[in-house]
Amino acid sequence: MNQSQNTKPAAALVIQGLRKIPLNAAILAPLVALILLFAVSSLASEYFLNTRNISNVLRQVSYTGIIAIGMTFVIIAGGIDLSVGSMVALVGVIVLYVVNAISDPVQAVILAMLAAIVAGSLFGLFNGLMVTRGRIAAFVVTLASMSIFRSLALYFTDAAEVSTRNPIFSNVGGGFFLSIPIPVWVFFGLAIVAHVLLFHTAYGRHVCAVGANPQVARYSGIRVKRIVLSTFVIAGLCVGLSAIMLTSRLNSVSPSDAGYFYELDAIAAVVIGGTALSGGRGTVWGTVIGALILGIINNMLNLTGVSPYLQGLVKGAVILLAVLLQYKRAA
Amino acid sequence: MREPILRLEGIGKAFGPVQVLEDISLSLVPGEVLGILGENGAGKSTLLKIVSGIYTPSAGTIHLDSEALSALDPITARRHGVAMIPQEFNLVSTLRVYENVFLGQELRRGGLLDHGAMRQRTRELLASLEVALDPDLPIERLSVAEKQMVEVARVLVNEARIVILDEPTTVLTDREVAVLFKVVRTLVARGVAVMFISHKLKEVKELCDRLLILRDGQQVELCEVGELSEEDMARKMVGRELSQVYPDKPPAAAHEASPALQVRGLSLKDVLYDIDLEVHRGEVLGLAGLVGAGRTEIAETIMGLRRRDGGALHIDGKAVDIRSPNEAHAHGLAYLSEDRQGKGLQLSFNVMQNITSLSLKRYVRGLIRHAAERRQAEHYQQRLSIKAANLGAPVSKLSGGNQQKVYFSKLLDIEPDILLLDEPTRGIDISAKQQIYQLIRELTEQGKAVIVISSELEEIIGMSDRVLVVREGRIAVELNGDDINEEQIMLYAAGARQHANCERVGT
Repeated sequence: MNQSQNTKPAAALVIQGLRKIPLNAAILAPLVALILLFAVSSLASEYFLNTRNISNVLRQVSYTGIIAIGMTFVIIAGGIDLSVGSMVALVGVIVLYVVNAISDPVQAVILAMLAAIVAGSLFGLFNGLMVTRGRIAAFVVTLASMSIFRSLALYFTDAAEVSTRNPIFSNVGGGFFLSIPIPVWVFFGLAIVAHVLLFHTAYGRHVCAVGANPQVARYSGIRVKRIVLSTFVIAGLCVGLSAIMLTSRLNSVSPSDAGYFYELDAIAAVVIGGTALSGGRGTVWGTVIGALILGIINNMLNLTGVSPYLQGLVKGAVILLAVLLQYKRAA
Repeated sequence: MREPILRLEGIGKAFGPVQVLEDISLSLVPGEVLGILGENGAGKSTLLKIVSGIYTPSAGTIHLDSEALSALDPITARRHGVAMIPQEFNLVSTLRVYENVFLGQELRRGGLLDHGAMRQRTRELLASLEVALDPDLPIERLSVAEKQMVEVARVLVNEARIVILDEPTTVLTDREVAVLFKVVRTLVARGVAVMFISHKLKEVKELCDRLLILRDGQQVELCEVGELSEEDMARKMVGRELSQVYPDKPPAAAHEASPALQVRGLSLKDVLYDIDLEVHRGEVLGLAGLVGAGRTEIAETIMGLRRRDGGALHIDGKAVDIRSPNEAHAHGLAYLSEDRQGKGLQLSFNVMQNITSLSLKRYVRGLIRHAAERRQAEHYQQRLSIKAANLGAPVSKLSGGNQQKVYFSKLLDIEPDILLLDEPTRGIDISAKQQIYQLIRELTEQGKAVIVISSELEEIIGMSDRVLVVREGRIAVELNGDDINEEQIMLYAAGARQHANCERVGT
């Protein structure tokens, strides 16, 4: 009798422990994958651990990573934003027009950055309003605006590259702080802010609630439409930040090439990071790790001389693998 | 005595170290209804899944048509004529009735679908069940009861000989239950054996020939239904004396004289007409009526979930204008939806996140204080005895009764003065029900005003100090004292009796 009383809690503890493991694995799996990938990469190529290479990889990752952070909010709330790539091009064009329109170089840069953030947010607002007020599916709205934004960028510039001679502009995206590229600071800084917003504020809780079951959210007094709208604005704002980093690094923007396929990289990073495409749950850290995984894979393929035409194949395979593993965990 | 069609011998099932079913032996003969009773978690669903071939038993043998099988798979079970009508229907909502009836076994002619024959056959089947239903209607336009009939028709197409009904009456009104029972009797007359799972003792008593009672995976009783009274059944199910399911009502007029909530002339286009009601602190007001009478709509309109077209609300004598659930919450109102999983709880959220989802503001000091959330969840876990191994696990893993307790905690956490409870005990077992009834009484004793909406007459009668019967969007009558009985409520709910100006009846 005594024995059975003693073993029962022990058995219960084991079961409880077993239950906890897959949950933690769900969070840890992308991180483990990243560490493994990092280890393999450093063995596969002697250049990989080179400071300049790492710094370059991080910089490359930042442009899409910043966008992926915004995308995380949209996807958790149950939406999707396909327009972010085209939006980068359009915002980029606006940024350079503002830089070139103002003669004082410092003023020009500051106003251009403001313009990027305002323009990005407004484009996001447009997407969000079409989804919430127009009641059109996010996929359709942003598919349309993807086409619209790219078309506007091409029309304003006549499809020609826009560049600037502003002497300090390139310091923004091309500069370093404590020998780390500025876009990387922006990326990680944004990640921290976004994590706090998502996990530690009522707003973040509401975003998850809306994505998990909008009906329950409505009955709980959450303003569902307002939350959905806000996630698109966040995505647009992140695109604005990314566009500043990208255009200032190159001192120019190509309306046809800028942001090309960024929407896919951003969505891929979110998915690899373990955020459910059906909405309701996800993490910013997962997205950051997802973006890093994609960046390192690209870099490795370049360093080991794999045909650039095969890079898409590898990226696709990684996405499938990540999602397959998630389903396994869910089952 | 006819040959049994199904015989179970010493069936047991364990998941890892957990024994969920032990040594079940029974036989089922054609043309009988076997009731299966048990609390949530007693092993009813496991037993059903073994009979329908979804689970493999870890001990014992199954004899189907005197063929001994140590294991059964869904296809073999189906070949032997085992069919299950699940709680959540497996119907394709965009397809028509006849398409669903023949789903997976479509009639063909020359390689193409024979729509005419399927339509005709469906019409015949439905007619034989005495159900007036157009075979061409899409499923999404049917009521819950009609969908259930489509499932029954599907079972007939399969020429099933053992039909398992898993809590089929939970979602039905009393009138629809009567239709279902008639259909079950038709099946039985044709020699079909029926396994009927239910929480409701009265229904089992009414419909079943024999009765199996399960408790903690053990077979507690297998006997003729006539041998047990309802009290006996409840006692055997729970394993202890149920002194009384419903707590004592306070003496009449124990509540305060002025109403906590007063509704005047509430109307909602084509749904509600000129609804007057009031509820006092310390009182339980029952809203009875058929499903679709407008009871849920009354609650949702009061809560600002629907835009009212007319009428005024007064809370503690002050006129208030409520346009959203937020404003309702701010005025001390809280609403428990009848649709726990669709409108009440975020199933993927954990216990803590669900409990604080209305009251989240209180836990925010710049950032959410997760530790405070956990403390509050632990408080409710104790107070309402919520059985959850891990407060961090999604609530979808909890049983129905425990989910309902989490839902109650969510409402209680905004400390409401007036609670609108829509089907507060739907789909939960009897001991959880009893705890919830107890809780409702505690709340009124603390001076809260409670409105209970329920399709279970017993619940309305057992809990309400006063009853309003709703019919077709209007208040049909107010019942008091001894007039709160089944007969009176049904008379008004079904419209057999009209009451001029809705006067008070009784004391």
